[in-house]
Amino acid sequence: MAEKIEVSEKKVNHFVSMFLSFLILVFLIGLWYLTTLQKVFDSAGLTEDQITVMEFNADIIPAEDGAYEYNPAKTNGVPGPIAVLKYSIEQFSHPFHKKGTNDHGIGHLVIYTTKRFFTGFLIASVVAIFVGVIIGLNTIIFQALNPFFQILKPISPLAWMPLLLYTVKDPQTTAVLVVFMAAIWPTMANTAFGVKSLKKEYLHIASILQLSWFTRLFKVVLPGAAPAIVAGLRISFGAALVAVVPAEMLLGELGVGYLTWIEWNNLDLSGVLFAIGVIGLVGWSLDLLFNRVANALTYSE
Amino acid sequence: MSYLELSKISKYYKNPEGRGEPLCVFKDINLKINESEFITVVGHSGCGKSTMLNIIAGLDEASTGGVILEGKEVNSPGLDRSVVFQNFALIPWMTVYQNIRLAVKAANPDWTKDQIKEYSYKYIDLVNLREAANKRPAALSGGMKQRVGLARAFCINPKVLLLDEPFAQIDALTRGVIQDELVEMWEDTKNTVFMVTHDVDEAILLSDRVVLMTNGPNARIGEIIEIGIPRPRERTTIIDHPQYYKIRNHIIHFLVERSKKMSGAANCDVEQASAEEGPLVVHFREEPPPDTDLKLRVVG
Repeated sequence: MAEKIEVSEKKVNHFVSMFLSFLILVFLIGLWYLTTLQKVFDSAGLTEDQITVMEFNADIIPAEDGAYEYNPAKTNGVPGPIAVLKYSIEQFSHPFHKKGTNDHGIGHLVIYTTKRFFTGFLIASVVAIFVGVIIGLNTIIFQALNPFFQILKPISPLAWMPLLLYTVKDPQTTAVLVVFMAAIWPTMANTAFGVKSLKKEYLHIASILQLSWFTRLFKVVLPGAAPAIVAGLRISFGAALVAVVPAEMLLGELGVGYLTWIEWNNLDLSGVLFAIGVIGLVGWSLDLLFNRVANALTYSE
Repeated sequence: MSYLELSKISKYYKNPEGRGEPLCVFKDINLKINESEFITVVGHSGCGKSTMLNIIAGLDEASTGGVILEGKEVNSPGLDRSVVFQNFALIPWMTVYQNIRLAVKAANPDWTKDQIKEYSYKYIDLVNLREAANKRPAALSGGMKQRVGLARAFCINPKVLLLDEPFAQIDALTRGVIQDELVEMWEDTKNTVFMVTHDVDEAILLSDRVVLMTNGPNARIGEIIEIGIPRPRERTTIIDHPQYYKIRNHIIHFLVERSKKMSGAANCDVEQASAEEGPLVVHFREEPPPDTDLKLRVVG
């Protein structure tokens, strides 16, 4: 009986938290709606001349019965939820269109960004794990390289951009390399730590069984360090995700990051808000994917 | 010439205070072990018995002296000496089968997949783990884990089997069952065994000779007990053997009193004289002479 009560209590908690989430969502959207409501034009207190100037500037347009209202095409401030929703539906209705060099559908943009992200992240992970294993196994190499890592690690990946752009002369590759620079350090540090703190017994077993270098690496060292490596990959993953957006913005490479900048240049804040939302969704789904892979790689003792 | 010989091995550690004389765990240990002999080392914590085992395994280095196996010095780990660890040391991301297979494959690199599989399952069956073959160590009890450890150690058919307090972390009831399994496997292969334990009953049940260490630091071999109780020995009947409690009491007396008295010396060098004489060998005969059940002889 006691167990049953506990189970039902847990379920209630789950619903309560979901309900709370929903309430918070409603509250935030309501707040957004209320703070972005367009003001109604009130001509009281304005002289005839002032109104003429405003009309001339197209700030206001004539409405029925000889009055004026604010020009909806020149809305002030941040657009409300309804405008952004309308814009999003419009964007998602033709996700794979291509009009000219800069106007690609949102589906294309998501694919560009995902590709760029994974290329940089995967290359960085391979390099980081490789170097991490070497410095984890060899204290002398670790101590020799450590000062360099300590200086290179705090440099923002974006700081490399001008140098990379000059040397590789290709913005597409540069964007990938910026992601690479963002993703390499956490995985490298964690791999080295994981290899270093591998239980001595596993290495003892490996040396008693006279395992070859290859078997030792792939059957003992890497799987043993896997939990630490995965933890490092997780941090790298987040860092790379953060880096890909400004890399696209600065380099003008098409993608969801660049979308925010295009829309800003278009002075279209609905577009900016839409792009921010898409970045969130892309990051979230990549993170879910990562967790799936990570769970398969860890073990319990 | 003996099969396995510990020749004047000593182990020193750096003085924990950083300066002063290095700390001597044991010094000039000489021990000759015959082929197919089951030898057990018993002593208090800190006498360096596990260190001795690790030196034989090649996992630790002796400060002086060396280990000779079949006339050749051994100083690195190898497939000819397998270890059963107190904390099992199974690879946690591999299943029972994969753990055994890793060892079988390593010992027989030119075998086919089927041969390796068949041989691995043979050893899994020997320790009655067929049903758990596809489980990972995390899902096993301590007893089951150590069965895997034993199977892994036996399946590479080593010249010397090194058991480092193999049953210390296993509950008393299971311990007996696994001891029987160990004996069963050992009767088949007759590997030379070097075991370290705290358990006096275990030592008497399994060993041909029991090596008693004096207390550390500066530990040395205090006495060597030859156990004459005939094999096969059964856990349930060995206690009825007329010699059993005499041997047991003798060892316990050693551990409680003499191991402390015989150590005493603060410096290794003082012990030199007696170390050269060799330890006292106590033989418990199967048929004791009427006047005494102890026959003492000192071997040089």
